[in-house]
Amino acid sequence: MAETRVPLQRPLSPHLSIYKPMLTMMMSIVHRITGVSLYAGIMLLVWWLLAAASGPNAYSRVQWFMGTLVGRLVLFGYTWVLIHHMLGGIRHLIWDTGHGFGAVEREWLARANLAGSILLTIILWVVGYAVMGGAQ
Amino acid sequence: MSAPHIRTPLGRVRGLGSARSGTGHFWHQRLTAVSNVPLVIAFVLILVSLLGRSHAAVVQILGSPLVAIVMLLFIASITYHMRLGMQMIIEDYVHDEKWKIAAVIANTFFAIAVASAAVYALLKLSFGV
Repeated sequence: MAETRVPLQRPLSPHLSIYKPMLTMMMSIVHRITGVSLYAGIMLLVWWLLAAASGPNAYSRVQWFMGTLVGRLVLFGYTWVLIHHMLGGIRHLIWDTGHGFGAVEREWLARANLAGSILLTIILWVVGYAVMGGAQ
Repeated sequence: MSAPHIRTPLGRVRGLGSARSGTGHFWHQRLTAVSNVPLVIAFVLILVSLLGRSHAAVVQILGSPLVAIVMLLFIASITYHMRLGMQMIIEDYVHDEKWKIAAVIANTFFAIAVASAAVYALLKLSFGV
């Protein structure tokens, strides 16, 4: 029934390509990308938990992978993505209260989100290596 | 739910939108976002404390009541949150109705499968066998 109707040529809302890239816009896109990354990354978490539940052999394979350069890079990326998405989420929760929409505030929040995630990730890894001590 | 005999069918769906769930999705997204914050911080601290430890030590720590309960809450909160988030992305980008429904169903199945696997592992670590 509806198939025969020719769609009207209504004006579309402007798409991403029409805007000049801005920090707040990039942060919005990154928030979505980090969310998708965490969606995929949860497989790593499940692997780790199942391996721990399976026994020493399975767990040693996880430990071996996490010890490789690729494993370390994946883990480093994972922690940054997780922290960035969490801080981005807190930014959204602040906006939900009706605050932080001003030109100065939203720019400040975006910068704090980015700087905070990088800083916290580095601190976490420094602490992580300190905890491990000479284990590796 | 309340007084179903007084409210008309129209009254019950009014304001609930085409999905008949109103702002439920949005609200649950925010609810789990709030619960995610302390649980993610707790998870990261647990993870760091387990770095470089032997399998036996990891099993003992993950199987201790407080850590296990926090980890179970963490898994429940993040898997529900990621399901809601991915559904939003699917609804934004998948315009074909059939594919959209298929993707939303697959997303739900994936989230439940992931949550089940993690919960199974955590319970096994706590109760052994």
